[in-house]
Amino acid sequence: MSIDVDEVKKIARLACLNIDETDMPSYATNLSNILDLVAQMNAVDTTGVTPMSHPFDAVQRLREDEVTDFDRREDFQAIAPMTEDGLYLVPKVLD
Amino acid sequence: MSMYHTKTVTELSAMLQAGEVSSVELTRYFLDRIKNSDDKLNSFITVCEEQALAQARESDEKLKAGNAPALTGVPVAHKDIFCTDGVKTSCGSKMLDNFISPYDATVITNMRKAGVVMLGKTNMDEFAMGSSNETSYYGAVKNPWNLKAVPGGSSGGSASAVAARLAPASTGTDTGGSIRQPAAFCGITGLKPTYGRVSRFGMIAFASSLDQAGPMGQSASDCALLLNAMAGFDEKDSTSIEKSVPDYSADLDEPLAGLKIGLPKEYFDHKEGGMNADVEATVKTALEQYKSMGAELIEIELPNSNLSVPVYYVVAPAECSANLSRFDGVRYGYRCEDPKDLNDLYTRSRGEGFGAEVQRRIMVGAYALSSGYYDAYYLKAQQLRHLISDDFKKAYEKVDVIMAPVTPETAFNIGEKTDDPISMYLSDIFTIAVNLAGIPAMSIPVGFVEGMPVGMQIMGNYFEEAKLLNVAHQYQQQTDWHKQMPEEFK
Repeated sequence: MSIDVDEVKKIARLACLNIDETDMPSYATNLSNILDLVAQMNAVDTTGVTPMSHPFDAVQRLREDEVTDFDRREDFQAIAPMTEDGLYLVPKVLD
Repeated sequence: MSMYHTKTVTELSAMLQAGEVSSVELTRYFLDRIKNSDDKLNSFITVCEEQALAQARESDEKLKAGNAPALTGVPVAHKDIFCTDGVKTSCGSKMLDNFISPYDATVITNMRKAGVVMLGKTNMDEFAMGSSNETSYYGAVKNPWNLKAVPGGSSGGSASAVAARLAPASTGTDTGGSIRQPAAFCGITGLKPTYGRVSRFGMIAFASSLDQAGPMGQSASDCALLLNAMAGFDEKDSTSIEKSVPDYSADLDEPLAGLKIGLPKEYFDHKEGGMNADVEATVKTALEQYKSMGAELIEIELPNSNLSVPVYYVVAPAECSANLSRFDGVRYGYRCEDPKDLNDLYTRSRGEGFGAEVQRRIMVGAYALSSGYYDAYYLKAQQLRHLISDDFKKAYEKVDVIMAPVTPETAFNIGEKTDDPISMYLSDIFTIAVNLAGIPAMSIPVGFVEGMPVGMQIMGNYFEEAKLLNVAHQYQQQTDWHKQMPEEFK
């Protein structure tokens, strides 16, 4: 399985990663190698095998709908890169 | 001159309870050891001198009052993957270099309730992605047995610190071998519990269906004490198992006569995968020891185990790409300078904040989960995971535990595998299947090859941690490999 630089660009966009142009070829090589390793999976026919998502086939636990957390907005915003009046700031989205 | 670093947690706990030493004295002693020696190892990211001494003073009061839990006043190091209230929690990443956690992970809360004093936070591969501790933003950790060698990873700082006795014990996490492989490389004892046994709440997520926290210490009996404190149901973790926690120290002294040990033929006489003949011979000597203790060795098959590495490199990256999407430069963590728009803020914060290995895995995951590829990668991997897990179920119908090497070779040199991710991935060839199945497994020291420690893996059926600890403890009553200390740190 070979991944070229264009494909790396596409994947980087999907993954929301800014990758330097100069690093693209090495990512292409490494990702291709990893997908070659992964391709070994095809050696086994898995038709009809149930996919396993949890060792105990556990189901999601439910709980009473009651308030268990309290307001810690100030603590959480104290570690944010940029806030104002209790809001998180990001660059302008609409002009 | 007191030599507290030569004592196990079990011994230190007894000394504290008997009033032979105070927690403050013990904590100062280990803080001094860290101060004097860690520049050689780089095993800590953060040392919590003030908090540790405050916790130690509190412990001393509890000890004086009587009826204090067994671990009261024992200093322990925590892997920097666990959120610690008011203390930097970096996960080995530039992304979280400025992150002061506003809450404690459940493991930290449980350990604190048990009386443990936190010495500091240990170095690790970035977001636990690595097998050598070389992907850390804070630099490589050194192996105390040979400062040119890696300590293994991702819990490399925890392993190195315990091996050099800068801490009596530590916590770690294991997604594909991250407790067992560094324990083997550094000559200490480590346990990855059954998936769901220890809470994942507040443990920074890598691959949620595989991640599990566990103890790393000098002996099986120390790991039992630590697991007693760490384990338990937690409603804050949706995959935590509602099952009572036994006393893991209770069965340590059970004799092993009649124990059935399974030896998977795929893990021995390894023609491929770079199995070192001396490492294998060392493991076989340990197996002979078990035989002389009354155990029976039975050859078994784990026919799908050769697919563990490929399956893992779909499942783990897929889950990591989802988990790490939370790092966006908006709410916490690293934010790039002067973002020109929102997309630039996201992509540049992530591009600059994550290291190369983390980015590779995020991209593999994003690719495997992308439209049109899901069935061929993620679904296929989850199907194979079922087969791998069924192999273990079948094996445990015939045997009590399974034994195998932990790693194909002893600790490799720093820089040796950094240019070739695949060869790095293959160093976890014997540990990954355990995580995919969700079963518990240990690594115990069983000898040396050219001065470097060799680990042996003991795998158990679901929730049989007590059995594993018993089997490991009995071996450690007959041998002293676990008591060996690197010359430079004696």
